[in-house]
Amino acid sequence: MRSVSIIGVGCTKFGERWDSSLRDLVAEAGVLAIEDAGIVGEQIDALFVGNMSGGRFVEQEHIGALIADCAGLSRRHIPSTRVEAACASGGLALRQSVLAVASGYHDIVIAAGVEKMTDVSAGTAADALAAAADREWECFLGATFPALYAMMARLHMRRYGTTHDQMAMVAVKNHHHACMNPIAQYHAEITIEDVDRSPMVADPLHVLDCSPISDGAAAAVLVPTEMARGFVDAPIRIIGSSQGSDTLALHDRRDLTTLDATVIAARSAFRQADIEPKQVDLAEVHDCFTIGEILAIEDLGFVDKGQGGRAVEDGMTVLDGELPINTSGGLKACGHPVGATGIKQAHEVVLQLRGEAGKRQIDDCEIGLTHNVGGSGGTAIVHILKR
Amino acid sequence: MTTNAPRFWRCIPQRYNLKGTHCKSCNEFFFPPRNICPNCRRVADIEEYKFKGLGTVITHTTIYTATEDFARQTPYNLAIIQLDEGPRVTGQMVSCSEVKIGMRVKPVFRILGKEGDKGIIYYGTKFAPVEEAGSHSENIDKEII
Repeated sequence: MRSVSIIGVGCTKFGERWDSSLRDLVAEAGVLAIEDAGIVGEQIDALFVGNMSGGRFVEQEHIGALIADCAGLSRRHIPSTRVEAACASGGLALRQSVLAVASGYHDIVIAAGVEKMTDVSAGTAADALAAAADREWECFLGATFPALYAMMARLHMRRYGTTHDQMAMVAVKNHHHACMNPIAQYHAEITIEDVDRSPMVADPLHVLDCSPISDGAAAAVLVPTEMARGFVDAPIRIIGSSQGSDTLALHDRRDLTTLDATVIAARSAFRQADIEPKQVDLAEVHDCFTIGEILAIEDLGFVDKGQGGRAVEDGMTVLDGELPINTSGGLKACGHPVGATGIKQAHEVVLQLRGEAGKRQIDDCEIGLTHNVGGSGGTAIVHILKR
Repeated sequence: MTTNAPRFWRCIPQRYNLKGTHCKSCNEFFFPPRNICPNCRRVADIEEYKFKGLGTVITHTTIYTATEDFARQTPYNLAIIQLDEGPRVTGQMVSCSEVKIGMRVKPVFRILGKEGDKGIIYYGTKFAPVEEAGSHSENIDKEII
């Protein structure tokens, strides 16, 4: 197996991109990434694209061929593969690209992710997202996506004394970070009171506990590490790449307040990277709902089970804290175009490790982690990146 | 719940009753039925099993914003219930104003949804609180926590 590095990243502005189609977005991100890497289209060997539901959101499947086509690569006939793991589709595209390069099958691979969610009504979008849950034994019975996370939150509060204020602090922090990120969907500070006053979606989660519906795309260029310095001065090595699965339905899990898929993926990624969680300098984690970030920092091993809410309250996860979490603004405030999110997380960590994160730059960071979840925890994908 | 009639029809035994399966090799119960036991897989010995129906609320929420199929029912209560035999199910709670963790419940046969005013009506299982003699919900509550 060959060591793999990222030599270029690109990400569109996230948000309500009414001016852009799915194909416009993915082309925009792809061009940014290959310009960043200093490569040309002729050098690309393969493409992987994460996309959760082109079929529901824009009535377009066959996204693999589409993105090769709109990237101007149709006459080169290179393999282009769409991968899907609900909200972890982007992370999965990154992982498939890592495997393709590590195995020696391909040298220069683009990992992309895209979702165009605002061409349909909010109700249709919510129903498309609900397909990440168990349609027959959760959704048919009235479950929504926020409801599943709300039920995890309720039990976490009951067992560990986690408070809604602690969850709201996740949203407040991520909005604060997003204000410093030009690509973020929201550039507005919010307060705990704002979260409390926002309409209830699924008790105890309010609107401002939830990530938004977004359009956006992101891309990264991966090469074998031995070739990386031929392209750029500061390649970022991928020192851990792992994926875990679990039951599709929340109710079938061993423990409703732990994402075992995350625990397993993280353990394996840390073993590959040969590091401990405490060596990580920053992490982009899957905060599709505020409770998601609290569960993530526990399940990734940064704090003990049940201590996530307290760690947030103690300021561990803010920009100048012990372990900054979601410096991009996270899914909550940077936006969550589901297929793009996993690649956007890598984009943020690469910028931070290179020292190119502008006003939200954290000092002396060497190792960053990305954590992307599909559904309520049926898939989890963890990558560890090193300068 | 548009165009889901075949998906519903083929699961009617499980929709109308809590009919699942039991693996005699490892003694685990499954609802909805699994024909491949995740513990034993190829060496499983699966039999059909009708659940007694009694269970306990593990966690719950009240939904204020629903998908289009359920938008007219909001707000409604949803819970994850652990059946006494072990498996957990997701279902709506009815006949109670407040749902509590540890609450003892039983299944009730209810309308789940309709395909408009003239379309198919989907029936299935919801859950309602049950008063048991010498209710041990306090103890169950401690077990969950």
